[in-house]
Amino acid sequence: MKLVVAVIRPEKLNDVLEALFHAEVKGLTISRVQGHGGETERVETYRGMTVKMELSEKVRIEIGVSDHFVEPTVNAIMNAARTGDVGDGKIFVLPVEQVYRIRTGETDRAAVTPVGVPPG
Amino acid sequence: MALNSSDTAWLLVATALVLVMTPALGFFYGGMVRTKNALNTLMMSFSALGFVGLAWALFGYSIAFGRASQWCGGSEYFLLRGVTLDPQGTIPHVLFFAYQGTFAVITAALISGAIVERMRFGPYVAFITLWSLLVYAPVAHWVWGSGGFLAKLGALDFAGGTVVHINAAAAALVCAIVVGSRKDYARQAMLPQNVPFTLLGAGLLWLGWFGFNAGSALGANRSAALAFTNTMLAPMATLVVWTMLDLMRTKKATAIGAATGIVVGLVAITPAAGFVSPMSAIILGGIAAFPSYFALLYRARTRLDDSLDVVAAHGVGGVVGALLTGVLASKAWNGSTDGSLAQLGVQAIAIGITIAYSAIATLAIVKLIGAVSTLRATPRDEGLGLDFSQHGEEAYSRGEGAILLLDGRNE
Repeated sequence: MKLVVAVIRPEKLNDVLEALFHAEVKGLTISRVQGHGGETERVETYRGMTVKMELSEKVRIEIGVSDHFVEPTVNAIMNAARTGDVGDGKIFVLPVEQVYRIRTGETDRAAVTPVGVPPG
Repeated sequence: MALNSSDTAWLLVATALVLVMTPALGFFYGGMVRTKNALNTLMMSFSALGFVGLAWALFGYSIAFGRASQWCGGSEYFLLRGVTLDPQGTIPHVLFFAYQGTFAVITAALISGAIVERMRFGPYVAFITLWSLLVYAPVAHWVWGSGGFLAKLGALDFAGGTVVHINAAAAALVCAIVVGSRKDYARQAMLPQNVPFTLLGAGLLWLGWFGFNAGSALGANRSAALAFTNTMLAPMATLVVWTMLDLMRTKKATAIGAATGIVVGLVAITPAAGFVSPMSAIILGGIAAFPSYFALLYRARTRLDDSLDVVAAHGVGGVVGALLTGVLASKAWNGSTDGSLAQLGVQAIAIGITIAYSAIATLAIVKLIGAVSTLRATPRDEGLGLDFSQHGEEAYSRGEGAILLLDGRNE
């Protein structure tokens, strides 16, 4: 099992969700975050005050998947989130020690397999 | 005629009321767009206060209210020459000019609803400024100017249903088509960023509309009292019918629906305000809900990205109001004209001519501006939002990660 963590542009979230659903990745968590990569900073002016915005709005997606699902998941995110400009984000794939499904107590592979799909 | 101080007092207040309608429209529209475009949408209304207002003072007023011909005014009032304290009717000429200026501003700002979230700010400002001179001012002359040909034809338009709402809606339709739809249109759900803003805007529009309609009597008289009462009653009826339609369709009375219903009722009563009885205003407001309600539902299923439904609210609502004015006008209340089949025909002709002229002239202006600059923001700027890309500000900045630059843009 792996945990796929992606940090993407907020305006690409809908495209990414669509791509993930097409790739039949059904369980995920998202959060609104702020971050800084290599993108050029944005300069904003409020009356006499000029500020440099070092942090940009991003969305973090976390998806727990079984090993053979890692590649389709990563590809779906990569294709949907890419604009080609600096600031498209990152994808991290992390090893996972254990997973539990709270409702049933299922563990590991069974716990990351969507309901209704035979674990295989 | 001599100056009348009651008339002058009422028009002073009415002018201020109509001016507030433009910021109110900004909030009405600004609540319905996405967070990243909130300021840009508000600025589209606020900028009209300056650019269109000034164009009106320098040239527009003369084009609308000068005397040259039945088609267009002359240059006698250019740069406010001859706009003095002498009476125009029973109020000072400067006050008449200022009152009419507030109408030019709101009419141009109305168009922005069709092109929010994608049109660049500079070309937009250029467009509304030119549009107010080349489209609004002549059409105002036809209906309200001395010897205007639609007035001679006998068209009834008390406060500007044709001049303001149908005119702006025809321009909005052309702008939405030429500028094109937002890149996310019909692909993603685009939710309103602040529905309370939209309700606030609708409420303030209603307040301002008392100045718009009752002020159009150009005096503190019976006609103003009738227009005032009708401006109160018609939107009440529209709001009730709109809510009923919402309940029947979705089992929920929506807040945006209520705000929209109020505006549609106000639009519809505008041409009729001083011509119909209060009971007729209630009937007119109630009837006006139906075509606009279903036009909104239909438009959302088409490829036409008239983003904030200027056509359905102001165009359809304006046409229904203008036609019903021809039917419901009552001599007992307005002292001059009864509704009739012939009057209905005259109303239809005035509507048709206004739509045709507005659409063609708008197309020419937008194409001209599109030829010398780029109308649309780049897809990247559109994705990022127009607040940052056009104005370098955000509506709801939290300030995290913001570093103060002491020497302006040079670090």
